[in-house]
Amino acid sequence: MRPILLQGHERSLTQIKYTKDGDILFSCAKDQVICAWFSANGERLGTYHGHQGALWTIDIDPSTTLLASGAADNTVRLWDIRTGKCIKVWDFNTAVKRVEFNDDGTKLLAVTEKRMGYLGTIVVLDVKVDVEAEQSDERSLVITCDESKATVAGWSYLSRYIIAGHEDGTVSQYDAKSGDLLINEPVHEDGGQVTDLQMSSDRTYFITASKDKTAKLISARDLTLLKTYPSDTPLNTAAITPKKPFVILGGGQAAMDVTTTSSRQGKFEARFYHKVFEDEIGRVKGHFGPLNTVAVDPLGRGYASGGEDGYVRVHAFDRGYFDFGYEVEREMGLVGKR
Amino acid sequence: MAPSFDNLTEDNGTYDSEEEIDFSDLKEQYDVRLEQGLDAFVVVDGLPVVPEDSKPKLVKFLVKQLNKAGKVKEDGFFMPTNNKGMTEGYAFVEYQTPQQAIAATKQLHGTAIDKRHTFAINKITDVERYGREGRIDDEYQPPKIDDFTEKEHLRWWLGDPNSRDQFVMLRGDNVGVFWNKKKDPPENIVDRMHWTESHVQWSPLGTYLATMHARGVQLWGGPNWTRQTRFPHPMCNLIDFSPGETYITTWSFKPIEVSEDDPILSQEEDGKNYIIWDVATGRPLRSFQMHDLPTPPESENGQPVKKKVPWPAFKWSSDDKFVARMLEGQSISVYELPKMTLMDKTSIKIEGVMDFEWSPALPQRDSVKTYEQLFCFWTPEIGSNPAKVGLMSIPSKEIVRTRNLFNVTDAKLHWQSQGAYVCVKVDRHSKSKKSLATNLEIFRVREKGVPVEVVDSIKDTVINFAWEPKGDRFVLITTAEVVMTTAVPPKTAVSFFCPEKIKGAGVGNFKHIRTIEKKNSNAIYWSPKGRFVIVATVHSQQSFDLDFWDLDFEGEKPESDKDLTANLQLMNTGDHYGVTDVDWDPTGRYCVTSASVWKHTMENGYHLYDFKGELLREEHIEKFKQLSWRPRPLTLLSRDEQKTIRKNLREYSKDFEEQDRIEEDKEKGAIVEERRRVLSEWLAWREKEEEELKAERRELGLKEDVEEEEQADGEDGGGAVVEEIMEEVLDEVEEIA
Repeated sequence: MRPILLQGHERSLTQIKYTKDGDILFSCAKDQVICAWFSANGERLGTYHGHQGALWTIDIDPSTTLLASGAADNTVRLWDIRTGKCIKVWDFNTAVKRVEFNDDGTKLLAVTEKRMGYLGTIVVLDVKVDVEAEQSDERSLVITCDESKATVAGWSYLSRYIIAGHEDGTVSQYDAKSGDLLINEPVHEDGGQVTDLQMSSDRTYFITASKDKTAKLISARDLTLLKTYPSDTPLNTAAITPKKPFVILGGGQAAMDVTTTSSRQGKFEARFYHKVFEDEIGRVKGHFGPLNTVAVDPLGRGYASGGEDGYVRVHAFDRGYFDFGYEVEREMGLVGKR
Repeated sequence: MAPSFDNLTEDNGTYDSEEEIDFSDLKEQYDVRLEQGLDAFVVVDGLPVVPEDSKPKLVKFLVKQLNKAGKVKEDGFFMPTNNKGMTEGYAFVEYQTPQQAIAATKQLHGTAIDKRHTFAINKITDVERYGREGRIDDEYQPPKIDDFTEKEHLRWWLGDPNSRDQFVMLRGDNVGVFWNKKKDPPENIVDRMHWTESHVQWSPLGTYLATMHARGVQLWGGPNWTRQTRFPHPMCNLIDFSPGETYITTWSFKPIEVSEDDPILSQEEDGKNYIIWDVATGRPLRSFQMHDLPTPPESENGQPVKKKVPWPAFKWSSDDKFVARMLEGQSISVYELPKMTLMDKTSIKIEGVMDFEWSPALPQRDSVKTYEQLFCFWTPEIGSNPAKVGLMSIPSKEIVRTRNLFNVTDAKLHWQSQGAYVCVKVDRHSKSKKSLATNLEIFRVREKGVPVEVVDSIKDTVINFAWEPKGDRFVLITTAEVVMTTAVPPKTAVSFFCPEKIKGAGVGNFKHIRTIEKKNSNAIYWSPKGRFVIVATVHSQQSFDLDFWDLDFEGEKPESDKDLTANLQLMNTGDHYGVTDVDWDPTGRYCVTSASVWKHTMENGYHLYDFKGELLREEHIEKFKQLSWRPRPLTLLSRDEQKTIRKNLREYSKDFEEQDRIEEDKEKGAIVEERRRVLSEWLAWREKEEEELKAERRELGLKEDVEEEEQADGEDGGGAVVEEIMEEVLDEVEEIA
């Protein structure tokens, strides 16, 4: 089916998120605006204005009440999704590269950049899931990354751990209460910056994408490496599909080299791999710049990708996608059972 | 005598303490050998013992011999006689310079004086140095000869039970040799980092793999890829094997500088560019300097045209018996092997000669029974003399056939692989020199009197021509006008030719089969077994098409072609972005198209096709440089045996298909088995993980299964249909009744 092209942003996309029901899609880009879209038809619901710098990250709480965003203006903002009003601003010393709500929406983590003499940190903020409530200014936990700065982070199941991916290609597990570093595992090649980290729906495992051209599936409990998905291009993003055992990877030539390479060379495709067998099973073309972010509908009906080219492409999965399965899976009755 | 350690005074009291130290070993090692004025002297040994009265005669003879390497000084020959009035069988000789003395030891040592005597020539300083007391054992110790060790079988790869072919692949700094496994990833046999410093090359029969290094060339072979031979030609750029792999020519742009103590090269090789080596012994046979390239003609804008170094400069006859080099415009020098002596001690003068080519197989001319090799050459118009194409027989140097040509701008010589025909592609200009057209002059070498057939129906310039190997059909590519200035390459046309059917034996006249217009193709690649041909566009920025043609299509033949010995059919077309090279495997079953990083950096890698043009495999490899199939030696089967095989091909192929199927099933089975294992592992892991999560949730007093609960919710209300009604007015027409 033809994808829906969302042409709301003027600069390259940085992150896309679906709401828990998958009906609304939020996107943020370097043009300082957050957009909300109906995922079914691509109609724009509204925008969230206020940030003074490039937006790097957004997240939505599980009840679709609050929207959190982090930007290069050194702030994390909390928005009332319904009205678009900014209800809280937290100021930091450096840009915020990643925000994420935990599974009940009461805690928000923020990853701050290492710059101007400040070390990179992972900060936890307590959030009241109520648009009227007064939000606390206090950081309930600050983890300082003195080895290699964190680039991405997420919450594990039951908010037990904070998992972070680092610039040097390692992945760490922190105790979410004390902030103690429990494990630091060199998952990716040294220097292969971890560019994305997305949790499975039950948050027991996650996928990382890296500049070293691979994506890896890792257990959140003990950081054991489960699967590796090799590709031929630096990766910017990776997502796990619910319902079907696939992963979607996106990337392409580094943004700065794009003008010197043809789109044929650039490898600007979303790649589908089988989650268990690690085989590449398909590609989706369309963007004419590298893919910066991929998000999957939590109900598994489709996915959206955002590129350096400034477009969001929303794809609905068709019948072939749901019917696809390896013979082995059919034998075990895993295909067709939706 | 100059001061040395030998005559240092020992009366210096301050070094008393050091006297005990025995540094004789150091002294020995670092003893400075000063000029002793004896460097121009040699000791000549192995001479006949003669009485006094015949001594002057012998001296005269020997001096004459010794002057071959230099000039013996006047009174520089001293042959002592003993008290019985007999010579002692040795002499002391002084040359004019030390260099001549060195030359004498290198050139004359070990050469024959007469039937019973051999020169043994050593520098007198060497005799001093090595013959000093204590350095030579008084008793003769026979040199140790290593026990015979069996070498590895150099043709081991032909014994592969599945008759697979090998290829070498160079990517980045790694050189690997692989078995072709069709659709599956090739099986690596050996992989070495920095195995070569530039490129790799197989010998023509596939026995050796040659690697290039700053210090020379190395040949590798056998199942363990051990080094077989080294050719220490420093800074060697290019190599060329003789067709039978007996000899190898190495060439370096930089003249060779030989140091005095080089174990293999002698002063003979100093300043040379080419060396012809014996592959079996690893010894040089003869070396040559480069001919000065003729002064480059100035192009229209006054810039000298850069001339390419002709390669191979030394061309081999098909049986390794002759090698010849042309001095452009003047002569061809034919050397006889294995001695590498100039045939009849003189070059063959051919005024104006531009190019020559040996017949690639032993010629079989009608009514010629004696041994001969043939080469074809051409000369341009000189003054009022017409241009000429000639066939010369070697060793008789008899010109077998010539043909005069007019208005010739250029000519190219194309032999058919069995030496049955040679096609001279003649580019001719019109009187005004404005337009070009091409004629083909085809010499039918095997027929009586070597008749020449002319194909002059071509109106355009032929940019490429290729004979069918072991066949008598050919393909050519023409282009209307070569416009140099435009970036867009001109359109080309591909034409196919074959002989027409005639009654009885023999081959009919060449007839045009078909021309495909409006192509971009520029290269022709025949299957090494003939019949199939790929016409491709390579080294192009815009198009990359590959056309797979069959000349003996088994389907219906069009009525118009009924008199032709071909049935042309386009089987398939392919497209390989950025293709730079096309290589058939030696059996003609598979074909690899590759895009090398040497030419551009876009999507380097290779595609593997079967002969029908079906894409079996593609692989992108960063820094992919070169892929080269390992050639096979000639088959050992007789003609009849081959015929029988061809006749029973159906039965064989049944077996092979069965084998393929079994192999595939086995592999498939293995894959399925592996998948089954991986999948159940994963499912088990998930189950365990879910259980643990449930347990942990219970401990925390949470609902056990948020996931399922919510999923149920989701499915109840899920799949909400968003209905949208779109109305678009396309056209509104009001009709008035």
